[in-house]
Amino acid sequence: MARTAESASVCILDYGSGNVQSVFNLVSTITPSAQVSNDPEAIRAASHLILPGVGAFGASMAKIRARIPLDVVEDVALKQGRPLLGICVGFQVMASVGFEFGEHQGLGWLGGSVRRLEAGTLPLPHVGWNDIRVERDSPLLTGIRPAEDFYFVHSFVVTPADPSDVVATTEYGESFVAMASRGNLHGVQFHPEKSQRAGRRLFENFLALA
Amino acid sequence: MKKERLIPVLLLRNGFLVQSKGFKKWQNLGNPTSSVARLSEWASDELIYLDISRDGAHDLRRDDLGHPNRGTFLEIIQDVARVTFMPITVGGRIRTLEHIEQRLRCGADKVALNTQPLRDPSFLDLAAREFGAQCLVASMDVKLIDGQYEVMADGGTERTGLSPVEWARTVEGRGAGEILLNSIDRDGMRTGYDIPLLQQVSDAVRIPVIACGGVGEWNHLTEALDQTQVDAVAVANLLHFVDQSVYLAKKYLFEHGCNVRPPDLLGAVQP
Repeated sequence: MARTAESASVCILDYGSGNVQSVFNLVSTITPSAQVSNDPEAIRAASHLILPGVGAFGASMAKIRARIPLDVVEDVALKQGRPLLGICVGFQVMASVGFEFGEHQGLGWLGGSVRRLEAGTLPLPHVGWNDIRVERDSPLLTGIRPAEDFYFVHSFVVTPADPSDVVATTEYGESFVAMASRGNLHGVQFHPEKSQRAGRRLFENFLALA
Repeated sequence: MKKERLIPVLLLRNGFLVQSKGFKKWQNLGNPTSSVARLSEWASDELIYLDISRDGAHDLRRDDLGHPNRGTFLEIIQDVARVTFMPITVGGRIRTLEHIEQRLRCGADKVALNTQPLRDPSFLDLAAREFGAQCLVASMDVKLIDGQYEVMADGGTERTGLSPVEWARTVEGRGAGEILLNSIDRDGMRTGYDIPLLQQVSDAVRIPVIACGGVGEWNHLTEALDQTQVDAVAVANLLHFVDQSVYLAKKYLFEHGCNVRPPDLLGAVQP
């Protein structure tokens, strides 16, 4: 059954990352039933989950394990297949391992690893508006221009285990993964909540996924 | 490729949005939040919001009202973050790590630090370790004194003896992620950016430099992007009285071959 974005009920997982409020502000303009919560009941009741993120891989993983009931999230997202969107570090932790300030185990949902962006002579972190290059079709990109600009703030990048999971790439010293999807699991390295109209469209597309 | 940016700067003085001239004269423009919604619709790349309320003669009276007054600025940031979905930098009277955290929690993405690092440069190291370089903008007000550029502290009122190049290298080394470079002499003059100043500083550091102060015509924006290494052009006064100003400025830059996002009249996102 087709779903409309307005009828989605969204649970935004909160492990103390700074951009939770911004994500909530934008998602609230699309659907009236959005909440920031780690409550197992709220997670089970949600039609869509969002894992936001700003910060370092290891520190974020530690907070995620401490504050988010991962058994419930994995039941809902991996077993029941409900759509989940990871943003920035929320995308990175979906890899198996991260190499920021040492080696840290990730959630492993997408496999692969997270390493420093090879920006050459360009400054890190990579901060600002940059365009994406679409590598394969995705319902999340419906209505979005092929070389649309999104807002990035990061120094590390994801390499998914399966190259066919890569949906879009971006150029900054090297080509890196801007967006990946594996079934119902989606991740974006940029910040749709700060990317004005294109970002809003991406959230609308995500919330319209059945 | 990463884009060059056009950034509106909004100045808030004791609760009102103002235009500034020479850091000395201010004209009241009114409501601080409604302007933001308008600017967002006109496709700004980011927004810089500076609280330039002054301490000083009214200090005692302001102390009584201290909490409501400061609360007001934080509330304004919250309001702004609800109506606009782009990166927001907030500055003005930030003295402690707690001040930074409060502003980030209200929806700011970055903070602009000016006087506090001049008083205590290690504040930048601490802030970078706590919040990351990506959220620290070193704001620098520069004045030409006897033919030499000098960094000024405390809203342009206090000499520091530091050259802008020297200070730029220091803030970069201590973890600032960007530099907001403002010319006090050009503030509100509409005669264009201080190009030699922008050249000196943007050649001295690798972190992005944001040009500020003096725009009177759109070609002043291309002057800075063509003739210097700045990464962004900021505009304050000129944006307020022109309908669709950011859109027109952006269109000008795009049509002149600058590496900016295409101009776009965004539909309003209703909260």
